[in-house]
Amino acid sequence: MNTRWVAMVLGGLFGAVIIAGLYFPILKERVKQTAKIQPQSEEQARRELTQSLTANPTEARVKAKLFWASNAHDGSLAPVNIDLPLASEPALRAKQVLNTLLAGPADPELRTLPPDAVLLAFYILPDGTGIADFSEAMASSIPSGIESEQRAVDSLTRTLAANIPQVVRLKILIHGQEVETLAGHLDLTGSFVVSARGAQAATAPQPDPLSSSLSDAPPLTPVSASRQTYAATREQQ
Amino acid sequence: MLLKVRNRDDKQPRWVMRNSFPYACFAVFLFLATFLTVSGQLSAQDPAASAPSSVAPQNANPQTPTPTYSDSQQPRPGLNIVVLDPAHGGTDTGARGTGGIRESEIVLQFALQVRRALEAQGFQVIQTRLANENPSFDDRSAMANAQVGAVFVSLHVSSTGLPGTVRVYVNSDLPASSGGREAGGLIPWDRAQAPFLGLSHKLGDFVQGNLAVRFKGSPGSAQGAAIRQLRTTAAPAIAIEISSVSVNDRSDLDRMAPGVADAIARGVTDFRPSYVVAGVPGGVR
Repeated sequence: MNTRWVAMVLGGLFGAVIIAGLYFPILKERVKQTAKIQPQSEEQARRELTQSLTANPTEARVKAKLFWASNAHDGSLAPVNIDLPLASEPALRAKQVLNTLLAGPADPELRTLPPDAVLLAFYILPDGTGIADFSEAMASSIPSGIESEQRAVDSLTRTLAANIPQVVRLKILIHGQEVETLAGHLDLTGSFVVSARGAQAATAPQPDPLSSSLSDAPPLTPVSASRQTYAATREQQ
Repeated sequence: MLLKVRNRDDKQPRWVMRNSFPYACFAVFLFLATFLTVSGQLSAQDPAASAPSSVAPQNANPQTPTPTYSDSQQPRPGLNIVVLDPAHGGTDTGARGTGGIRESEIVLQFALQVRRALEAQGFQVIQTRLANENPSFDDRSAMANAQVGAVFVSLHVSSTGLPGTVRVYVNSDLPASSGGREAGGLIPWDRAQAPFLGLSHKLGDFVQGNLAVRFKGSPGSAQGAAIRQLRTTAAPAIAIEISSVSVNDRSDLDRMAPGVADAIARGVTDFRPSYVVAGVPGGVR
């Protein structure tokens, strides 16, 4: 290798070092900006996902009543009226309302459900039992305690009662499975009364709506199955 | 220290040990640490060997509890026993505060004071756990279900709620068939609490009333909640939740212990005359 080649290689390396030195501050700045933007983007994506379910321009806007924690911070709930474009089909409507409930109120302190929880599916069985299937974050991220767990379930049942009269009871699943408790206290093996009047009228046994009702119900798939079950409910009525 | 040395006469290096005393100490320490760890694990795996006599033996099948009275300790009619349940334990820490406060540890300390206050009122107290262990929901219920003339009190500390307040919960209404009892007079395990809901409400109101006097901001009466632990308990049963693990200083919770213990003891004592179980021969269970 002669001296000329050595000079060329060294010159090339020197040039690369100069370019890297100039580019490094720019790269550093971009990494900083990305780190700042990342949480906002995730939050934005979640909001947009929720928005796509709640805001369908073809659907009529109705006044929905949602229950979040009250400002008194005493464990009670307070209703908040929101104009939402809601579907007429009960299972889809329930999903839209619960997604808005999960998205949370303007004041995050008044939240009743974990911000990272996702509603995976919602079905309505012919006996009026609504089945809400949440992601694992619903159980793992909720503050452990009788008060906080009961308040979470109350916000779900009262919101459903105010907006979806077809749902008389609520069964909560975590990632498609029945679990013993929500976060160590509240019993999820049974169902929760949504509408006392509707629950009394219904004749189906209460302790396990899945085992009692699935034998009679058609195979469940999101939305399509709930449409079928809603039709069956209307026929019974 | 191990040194690699080379003798003048010998070209091959050889290993020698200089000042071996620290190494001997370290070896002895390792041996002792291993011995203590293994013996600790063995004793934890054998709760029957370490549990005091006041803890009821856990049944292999919780659906067939057996009474634990000896011949010399015949049960008296009425309410005599309080099954005290410090919730969580073991790997289940329950609620956790930002300051490192763990519900499972706090409730165990509260249970000691509640136990003393109840024994001072003449009750026999059975604890579902005495150490950092986690019996199942059914095992805890079985301890109460095996007793005659008992109430069940479960102790909790919340993640939320106004700090310095205490709430009493009873199981919300359970679907019951035939008044909660099957044709043979048996109570279904899954709905064991159903026949006792009225008494549980009464006990809860007595205890909550006493707590409300001591801790301002606490509700005046017991509230209903679908609590898993209470559902399988065939006795008047309440859960008491103290607010909360979110306090900055653990001593804030420790200061509440004597008041909570006294209120529980007074509440159970006030409830004693009301303890009559309908549908059971003699009116008491």
